[in-house]
Amino acid sequence: MRYLPLTPDDRDAMLARIGVASVDDLFSDVPEEARLTGTIRDLPDHASEMAVERHMQKLANKNLVAGSVPFFLGAGAYRHHVPSSVDHLIQRGEFLTAYTPYQPEIAQGTLQVLFEFQTQVARLFGCDVANASMYDGSTACWEAITMAGRITRRKKALLSNGLHPHYVSVANSMARFTGDDVISSAPELSAKTDIADLIDMIDAETSCVVVQYPDILGRMEDLTALAAKAQEAGALLVAVVTEPVALGAVKSPGEMGADIVVGEGQSLGVGLQFGGPYVGLFACKQKYVRQMPGRLCGETVDAEGKRGFVLTLSTREQHIRREKATSNICTNSGLCALAFSIHMTLLGEKGLRDLAQLNHAKAVKAAQQLAQIDGVSVVNDSFFNEFTVILPVDAREAVRELADRSILGGVSLGRLYPNESELSHALLITVTETCTDADVDALVSALREVLS
Amino acid sequence: MSMNNQGRPTRSEDIETGCAPATFTGNRALILEEKLIFESGSTDRTGIDFPAAPDAPSKLGGLERSVEIGLPGLSESETVRHYTRLSRQNYGIDLGFFPLGSCTMKHNPRLNEKMARLPGFADIHPLQPQQTVQGAYQVIDELADWLKTLTGMPAVAMSPKAGAHGELCGVLAIRSALEARGDAREVILVPESAHGTNPATAAFAGYKVEDIPATKEGRVDLDALIARLGPDVAGVMITNPNTCGLFERDMKKISDAVHEAGGFVYCDGANFNAIVGKVRPGDLGVDAMHINLHKTFSTPHGGGGPGSGPVVFSEALAPFAPLPFVEGQGGEYRLVEEENAEEHHASSFGRMVAFHGQMGMFTRALTYMLSHGADGLRQVSEDAVLNANYILRSLEDVLDAPFAPSGPCMHEALFSDKGFADGFTTLDIAKGLIDEGFHPMTMYFPLVVHGAMLIEPTETESKDAIDEFVGALRHVVAAAKSGDANLKAAPHHAPRRRLDETMAARKPVLVYKDSETAA
Amino acid sequence: MSRYFTEDHEWIDVDGNNATVGITNYAQEQLGDVVFVEVPENGKELGKGDDAAVVESVKAASDVYAPVSGTVSEGNVALADDPSLINTDPEGEGWFFKLDLSDTSQLEGLMDEAAYKEFVASL
Repeated sequence: MRYLPLTPDDRDAMLARIGVASVDDLFSDVPEEARLTGTIRDLPDHASEMAVERHMQKLANKNLVAGSVPFFLGAGAYRHHVPSSVDHLIQRGEFLTAYTPYQPEIAQGTLQVLFEFQTQVARLFGCDVANASMYDGSTACWEAITMAGRITRRKKALLSNGLHPHYVSVANSMARFTGDDVISSAPELSAKTDIADLIDMIDAETSCVVVQYPDILGRMEDLTALAAKAQEAGALLVAVVTEPVALGAVKSPGEMGADIVVGEGQSLGVGLQFGGPYVGLFACKQKYVRQMPGRLCGETVDAEGKRGFVLTLSTREQHIRREKATSNICTNSGLCALAFSIHMTLLGEKGLRDLAQLNHAKAVKAAQQLAQIDGVSVVNDSFFNEFTVILPVDAREAVRELADRSILGGVSLGRLYPNESELSHALLITVTETCTDADVDALVSALREVLS
Repeated sequence: MSMNNQGRPTRSEDIETGCAPATFTGNRALILEEKLIFESGSTDRTGIDFPAAPDAPSKLGGLERSVEIGLPGLSESETVRHYTRLSRQNYGIDLGFFPLGSCTMKHNPRLNEKMARLPGFADIHPLQPQQTVQGAYQVIDELADWLKTLTGMPAVAMSPKAGAHGELCGVLAIRSALEARGDAREVILVPESAHGTNPATAAFAGYKVEDIPATKEGRVDLDALIARLGPDVAGVMITNPNTCGLFERDMKKISDAVHEAGGFVYCDGANFNAIVGKVRPGDLGVDAMHINLHKTFSTPHGGGGPGSGPVVFSEALAPFAPLPFVEGQGGEYRLVEEENAEEHHASSFGRMVAFHGQMGMFTRALTYMLSHGADGLRQVSEDAVLNANYILRSLEDVLDAPFAPSGPCMHEALFSDKGFADGFTTLDIAKGLIDEGFHPMTMYFPLVVHGAMLIEPTETESKDAIDEFVGALRHVVAAAKSGDANLKAAPHHAPRRRLDETMAARKPVLVYKDSETAA
Repeated sequence: MSRYFTEDHEWIDVDGNNATVGITNYAQEQLGDVVFVEVPENGKELGKGDDAAVVESVKAASDVYAPVSGTVSEGNVALADDPSLINTDPEGEGWFFKLDLSDTSQLEGLMDEAAYKEFVASL
């Protein structure tokens, strides 16, 4: 048992110091009938590294690795190239095996990273402040809705129909218990988003309007008028960004007046990881900072006047406020925030803009090629690296047939909206810097075959 | 023979010991000061090369970015150095003893990291066609099996992202079950010693929170609890072993009484490490319990997450568990989600997160379980409890241990600040331990003990490591009792002295402003 | 004008129907450095015992209750800029809010300064 350092002699010496005859005596508070006498049945005994590795590798081999085939999936999780130094640095034991920085004198590494991360996120989103991260984009989105409720003292949230359906699902599940009124619907396959409709729907009960940018179909529209209308009605604009790389190419939601901007930071540093762990991004205007959920890192000085960082404004949080806390969240997504921040530092402004431009240009070219296929049309007028096409056949079927040809060809809207038959022919395609021209050609020719 | 008589001196002479002089740079040998990236980087520098973008028209809808974001970049060499320097200002388990009570800072095996990075797990998309990710579903299913077997519970929800998220999952299932039988109960009972997340979670789920009193022995007062039960009580949230480090002996009686009164029992499983392989919560009448994979099952804490908090359920609550989950049928796995939930999971309260939960933590936890096996996990809890009791008995003569007389502790030992010199506090003990090269214990929690110090060694510490810690702590306690002014000013040797938290909170500076001058 | 005290460590100065409310020196000592204060808006109606204001130190958050019923006539806006007033002058410049009393008979159950001193000594 390679992780257990105590020897039989150690155990005997320790039992003698404690003054009991056996370890079982230490479990004397557990009622006799609840104590297990032997090892639990139906589970294997301990195994060597080699044996465990063999088993896990066998399971891993059953999956089709994204990087081994032409790959075009997105819909809230994006495949970008993560530089080697990111994974090297996050595996340093001082980051990997540290705890929440409650003892700031010996956690300045984590704290300075969080301060830098908060600044990067705030600038990227065009906001005054950002927190130290949330679980993921979907939970950050729900937390933004509840935060808007606290600020406006209203209960009605209008969700754009372009918001990721899983994010909508999370909001609906939670709202049932909190008594919030969440208005949502499925998207329409048109080039225009529902921003004009949302503007009409805002009323004196509205706490916030939640709009994704770029939205689930990949579309983007200016949010300025929506922000102004929401604020005029005493409501907040919550913008959701699931692909932060886009903000290297387009205006940030904060610039367009959003009050709270949340997002999924997985695109940078984290990787696909089959859906988690990811990193929720959360930023807002300065005046709402005390209503923010989650951890915040702030600058201060030490007893010698040297600059240092601490967790701050923690009276908002559960360990002090208990049932009056702004959220029950206790952790952040520290290591993923670190990965995000390192990747962002490696990119810098120049790198991010180049990356965004590369993604966009490749996606535009791919969309042009796909539009050449008979019966295929592109829904979007505007997009960043993800767009929606309509196929002449059921898109779920097409995705499965492409997979049979070792092409991961996109996310069918039928998978995301199983009950919306009018969306069943729509396919969401993402093209990032990791897609080669040959990959796109392979997709186009395979799709031709599938459709013929 | 020629001799270089200019050779460097090989022993120190005439060097004054004592107070070290300040250095020109502010660095102290291996402890290097590090600027913020906003001070050292620039927007035209980058550590990543990209090919030129192909020519293509813009389809950005007229939203092209016109203003600079203000993101500084560094070259790769500078980036590696920046984060390496920062890392050295952190304490981690890899470096030394980290006895944070209730947090279970055990060794994080590196095999876990290697397995989580296999491309077959790390490089697959959550929405890939199900036929292409059968191995990933199998990981989830195998881990679920382990969790159900170890807890003796029939069902598990894998998607919660952390312990507190798991609590929320459990309480929402309780509320769903009550609503399904048309029973609108309003109150959740929580012991005073509970983690702050318990009352915060219950309140978030729409419940009023009432305290359950504790006995002098540090356990739930069974009579008081039973007296409070009634048709308005939805359930109880009990941590077992509790945050005083004690096993709740009456857990089964509590469960029976709560069930009798029509309520449900939520168990906070933060301390499962003490009993894994020794006790199954299912045998104690628990209806729901979250399991912190980052505590009991060794996934890394990462400086504050990401965690993972699967929740096991009793038969009564299983139908209300959240979507999605993995179901195995004849060697094939499929995902049960919104689309097909109607078939046999129609009562689910819905979805808590996008996608399926913390896959990267599942692979790590499963790797750990397979490594230890059932026999190893039993040894884990035995050694964890042995280590904690050894600490309790090695310190109770110098530190007040309010519950020590009532018998053994479980995986953590609780002490108070009684007996320190005037003006000396638990905080001073913590800072003194930092100077001695240890991470401090949990301080001021649980709230039921004055100046609480909660010490959890975990099973991955050797007897020698514990003896060293005990020796250092005894020394620091003696300083606190004698009123040693040096201790009040500790830490002296950390990268920073005590930080001004008042200033940070009064005038919060949460992001870097360019006008700021470098310190 | 007379000053009353509550067991929640608040003081209340009463002048006819007008009252000023704050927290005692003992309370500020217990809280430590105050970093944030939220005072009620003008016109807010408070019942005796209602949550009226919030006071936070680095490590603690407390509610300040309305010691008696009344309508808020003024909150101390100076506290927003300088919450340290509560530490430096809790029973003067660090007042929280002023009330128009709706029921002066509620004052009868409160302590005078001597009784409060005795109460604190007993803690």
